[in-house]
Amino acid sequence: MIRTALDQIALQVVDLHKCFEDSHVLRGVSFTANRGEIVALLGDNGAGKSTLVNCLAGKLLPTEGEILINGTKQIINSPNTAQNLGISVVYQDLALIKEMSVVENLFLNREIRHRNTLLNRLGWLDKKAMAMRAKKLLRRLGSAGIELGLPVSMLSGGQRQIVALIRAVNAGANIIVMDEPTAALGNEQCNHVIRLIRLLSSQGVTTILISHDLGQVAKLCDRAVVLYQGQTVADVAVKDVAQLELLALMSGAECSGISAN
Amino acid sequence: MRLSAQVTAKTLVYYTFALTVVIFTFVLHSSAFFSIENWLNIVRQTAPIVIMAIGLNFALSAGQLDLSIGAVVALSGLVAALLLPEYGLIIASVVALSLGGAIGAFNGYLSLRLAVPSLIVTLGTMVFLNGFVRYLSGLESIPILNESFLILFGGGSIFGVPTLLIWVLGIAVSVYCVFSYVQLGRHLLATGANANAARAMGVNTIKVRIIAMSLSGFFAALAGLLYAGRMQSARYTLGEFEFITVIAAIAIGGCSLLGGQVSIWGTVLGVWLIGILNNGLILSGFSSNAQMMMKGIILIVAVGITFRTRKQ
Repeated sequence: MIRTALDQIALQVVDLHKCFEDSHVLRGVSFTANRGEIVALLGDNGAGKSTLVNCLAGKLLPTEGEILINGTKQIINSPNTAQNLGISVVYQDLALIKEMSVVENLFLNREIRHRNTLLNRLGWLDKKAMAMRAKKLLRRLGSAGIELGLPVSMLSGGQRQIVALIRAVNAGANIIVMDEPTAALGNEQCNHVIRLIRLLSSQGVTTILISHDLGQVAKLCDRAVVLYQGQTVADVAVKDVAQLELLALMSGAECSGISAN
Repeated sequence: MRLSAQVTAKTLVYYTFALTVVIFTFVLHSSAFFSIENWLNIVRQTAPIVIMAIGLNFALSAGQLDLSIGAVVALSGLVAALLLPEYGLIIASVVALSLGGAIGAFNGYLSLRLAVPSLIVTLGTMVFLNGFVRYLSGLESIPILNESFLILFGGGSIFGVPTLLIWVLGIAVSVYCVFSYVQLGRHLLATGANANAARAMGVNTIKVRIIAMSLSGFFAALAGLLYAGRMQSARYTLGEFEFITVIAAIAIGGCSLLGGQVSIWGTVLGVWLIGILNNGLILSGFSSNAQMMMKGIILIVAVGITFRTRKQ
């Protein structure tokens, strides 16, 4: 099946600006991410990555510019709106409730209610349905080893990362933004998470990956978007560019040959 | 010793409860302590405190504290007593309960609006209400003669079961269900455990906190009606000094005072434990001074164990 190029674009950011009272943090960020693509978002500290992510997550409203989801312009004014549009952000702290179990975390604020009308009105939970769905989801994503009833505080760092990712999928996310997902993980756990990101990508989920590990970016990502002082300075296919060049772009060096791409 | 490893915040109250009963068995083996009448009496006396403590679980679950519940108890009792002769049972109790809920919601709103800890806001509300109930009652006790009020909230029995015990068990079961099986309970606990994470998942933590405080006030008002019903009168002192009992009972019951964790049955047992201690100490010939010292010790030990388990 041949699809037009437009059909494939999941996320498009056009000339995004964000001003705070005393600073102009985003000064024209533009990039696109296609369906199923893994895009690295690179930039030094203060380049504007977090501000951009917060705009996508609905925590901040951009001052200027547009965000298009599946080709339609959207105003993302709350985390709920972002979720409804299929955007999930997996923050570095993962935003998991440690005291709660895996399944409780997976369904936080998207609980399945009881089918009985009266109980449904009362907000009565259908724990069985949630457990079944969670089990299926974990199996589909090759993570059946995670115990559903265990509190998150008992899981390893890698398992927590996987739970946070799966929660995003369970929330219906087509676009997942991940902030340094493997920074604090050991080798083996890191591979688990990477395998899951690849699996999701093959199922059409777009991943925006914030990472400082350029080696990992080279192995995992299709494209890299580089921010410098609030502007996109490059949007390149990872295989066309050397790690050193990316590093140079991140630090603001001129690489005109690439940024024209 | 293995025992110390097994005594966690959650189970502490069961061990203490058993230990207390055993100790009093040796000390008071032939006294009135073991009569069913005495135990039912303890249940009746502690019923309003159990309801206050269960209500406070809502505030604590969401990471809030409500110091004003004692004052709301007095206000609710007085308002009901003043309205009963003219307006009757239904209006008097609905007004009293709504007032409690509204004061709680106001506390929650104010603490969020001013970004001040609920501890401080409710301290203010408490002192204000303590003054207000003195003004409202003119320092007089107001008798309650309404028959149906006394049957519904009073110290009577239905088929031999004290009405107050039915209230306690009914409320405990309902609130237990809210925290275990209902969406609101999940959102309360999530907000108390990690408000940022809950917010990131789209939980309306502002609404959840206001609901938590409102329910805390509502149950304090209900406790006020039960107090007034049992005493057949309302006084501005009702509930005034019960906060320390409530907090000690909740702490020993295994509820985290820092939010994110509640224990409803632990709370009920915690209040009963303090009731039995009070009762047993009096029967053993101690004065109420000993009771106060006991509560202080319980609070410190219970909180100590809770925090130790948290660290592990």
